[in-house]
Amino acid sequence: MKVIFEILRRKNAEEKPYIQNFEYEYTDPLETVATALKNINESLPFPDRIRWECSCMQKKCGACAMLIDGRPRLACDEKLADHGERIRLEPLKKFPPVADLIVDRQAVFDSLKELAVWFENTAEPSEKRADTVHEASRCLQCGCCLEVCPNFSTDSKFKGMAAAVPLSRLIAEADEDEKKRIFKTYSKNFYAGCGKSLACRDICPAGIDTEELMVRSNAAAIWGKKRKK
Amino acid sequence: MINIVGAGLAGLSAAITLAKDGKKCSLISKQPSERAQSVLAEGGINAALDTMGEHDTPQEHFEDTMRGGCYLADEEAVRGLTENAPEILNWLLELGAGLNMQGDKPLLRNFGGQKKKRTAFAKSSTGKIIMTALIDEARKYEVSGLITRYPHHELIGLQVRGETCYGCVIHDEYTDKNICLEGAVILASGGLNGFFDGLTTGTVQNDGSASVLAFEKGAEAANLEFIQFHPTTIAISGKRMLITEAARGEGGRLYALLNGKKSYFMEEKYPELGNLMPRDVVSRESYLISQRAECSGVFLDMSELKKEVWQHKLSDLRNECIHYLALDPQKEPIPVEPGIHYFMGGLKVDKNHQTSIKNLFAAGECAAQYHGANRLGGNSMLGAIYGGHLAAKNAPTDIKAVIDETAADGDDIYLEPNRETQMREALVYGLGIVRGAPRIEKALEMLRGIEGYGKNARLWFAEAMLLSALYRRESRGAHCRSDYPNRSEEFQRPTTARLTGGNSRYNERTVEIN
Ligand SMILES: Cc1cc2nc3c(=O)[nH]c(=O)nc-3n(C[C@H](O)[C@H](O)[C@H](O)COP(=O)(O)OP(=O)(O)OC[C@H]3O[C@@H](n4cnc5c(N)ncnc54)[C@H](O)[C@@H]3O)c2cc1C
Ligand code: SF4
Ligand code: SF4
Ligand code: FES
Repeated sequence: MKVIFEILRRKNAEEKPYIQNFEYEYTDPLETVATALKNINESLPFPDRIRWECSCMQKKCGACAMLIDGRPRLACDEKLADHGERIRLEPLKKFPPVADLIVDRQAVFDSLKELAVWFENTAEPSEKRADTVHEASRCLQCGCCLEVCPNFSTDSKFKGMAAAVPLSRLIAEADEDEKKRIFKTYSKNFYAGCGKSLACRDICPAGIDTEELMVRSNAAAIWGKKRKK
Repeated sequence: MINIVGAGLAGLSAAITLAKDGKKCSLISKQPSERAQSVLAEGGINAALDTMGEHDTPQEHFEDTMRGGCYLADEEAVRGLTENAPEILNWLLELGAGLNMQGDKPLLRNFGGQKKKRTAFAKSSTGKIIMTALIDEARKYEVSGLITRYPHHELIGLQVRGETCYGCVIHDEYTDKNICLEGAVILASGGLNGFFDGLTTGTVQNDGSASVLAFEKGAEAANLEFIQFHPTTIAISGKRMLITEAARGEGGRLYALLNGKKSYFMEEKYPELGNLMPRDVVSRESYLISQRAECSGVFLDMSELKKEVWQHKLSDLRNECIHYLALDPQKEPIPVEPGIHYFMGGLKVDKNHQTSIKNLFAAGECAAQYHGANRLGGNSMLGAIYGGHLAAKNAPTDIKAVIDETAADGDDIYLEPNRETQMREALVYGLGIVRGAPRIEKALEMLRGIEGYGKNARLWFAEAMLLSALYRRESRGAHCRSDYPNRSEEFQRPTTARLTGGNSRYNERTVEIN
């Protein structure tokens, strides 16, 4: 089968982007965009290679997030056969561009620093909360949810689902003393700004049930607290 | 200042250890921790926690590890690893790592080469779940200023004078600028997957270039011939996908189709451990039976696993099979083949994780420690965390030096795709599950014919792998020689490889094996 990749390219952040087309042939119906990119690159001289980030090739690391036919997807998750004869690849739009398909997702990591996503005290793991903790630990920090979230931008106080998921791990395991700080952060930097459209749940390539996590975190951090008052 | 190259389990463990002692470090990685290979680890992490009422002890963990590694690993090091394992697991719990629990104690599962339940796990995403806990912990010290991250930076040079390391040069992939960093260096740069690009279960990020750099500077490598083939992998787009050993730990069974009839070859030949024999044995048996004319494939049958197991212990695995293979393992057997999975060999280190170059340390999969001739499943995450910790405890913090950019090597540690492919073909030819002198020698010939051989450190490193395999004239663990099928006393020691001829790349240099 034949496809044409339309790839939005730029040497660096300063340069104006342009579209370059690549013809590509494949046979395996399970072949992914990531494999195609790898193969195309192997045929190009080093300075012309398409720059993109890639690591696990198995949708477990979040490196290869990009816009594929306009939707934020992981290149190693997306099968060529699920697309038409032309496949458009662009970098995510909410983050500053670096080169070709690479953007600087530092904002995602900065949010977690700003919100102090860590335990000061010893965590309290238990069988009862293990499922929540497992789900909340699975976030790839890929940024796909932020790309589609109507309320997130890199300079907003609202930090989006990429911060709320890790926070829900803390909410589930923090001791009584530390909970206060974490509940407050959750309420101020997530709950207050989230419009609950759940665009994040539909896009998350890790299949994290963000709605369920949100329900549990809200129950603990928002409603639990109000009830006590 | 200490410079840690690699931000997977070993790098994070080193960074957190230093920070807890109030010491500063830079944490350098090509991509953020979330993208390191450690997040791919599936089945679990070993520690004799004895939560399953089987009276397990660190002594038994020690014995299993030594036996599994065919007595090639350093005893003292393995002793330290296995005795400290329970404490490491308890630390992970304090950090809230979301392991599968029974009350407030971790559940343990069966894993290969071990008779007792000793492997703590988080469904089949153990690496990811532990990484999340360590990343959160490291973040605390990033904010306090003890850990400085360089998250899109590649190591391109080591400043080595005489036999001492003084610092490193890194390249910012985003801005294209170089940065010189003084101080001891801990390499935590992962396995040598890049030498077998597309053919391993690991990540493309671990291209092995950091190990090549150290080797070029004179660091010794050890046991490079020991490459672990995992018995249950399957080719997917661009790589090999692992079916975790936990699938067998939870009851999955291997069979071969011989003239259309199922033969549960592992259970038949090894009644005691059956499907859970150490990986070297399972891979070899599986390979040998698949070579028989009447064999039409080897399969992993998981259809008898209970629903509860799929739901709570292997749900991630099932989703993956459906997504990448279009097969539902709950209903149909999965065709499997052995695939390259782990590198027991790597940079040679002493008990403090120092390489043969002073102030240059190595930990995690890039170091040859703990696993001998064959690694037991669940021991490498443990080894990475423990090794990173030891390296951090032993690295000196007071190295002062002026590092200049010329410490960065030129292009002669890399190969462009064309020559990389030629190198890979030679390695694959010479380093299969079963290997013999004629094949290895042919592979060496192929390698030495590649343009630039004799000037390129990556090719020398590949040569060291082949020469190590040729040198070990016995069969032990993952190294199975068709021409020397038995184990030999004489080789009950690590193979070492180093580049001789001084450390200027303009000299005549050769790979020396001992
Ligand atoms: C699919 C799979 C399943 C596994 N399952 C298990 C399991 O169940 N139990 C178990 O114990 N083990 C398992 N393993 C093995 C285990 O995951 C690894 O051995 C271990 O995680 C290695 O950790 P590490 O810290 O040494 O390296 P990695 O996690 O590989 O990290 C390497 C780091 O080095 C960086 N790096 C590499 N080169 C450079 C460079 N030149 N410059 C800058 N940075 C560089 C990378 O960016 C990365 O941050 C599994 C492995 C795979 C692939
Ligand atoms: S529910 Fe909507 S507003 Fe809230 S995080 Fe998800 S996408 Fe953003
Ligand atoms: S919640 Fe999902 S989409 Fe958002 S960063 Fe995490 S893994 Fe990516
Ligand atoms: S490469 Fe890891 S998610 Fe695509």
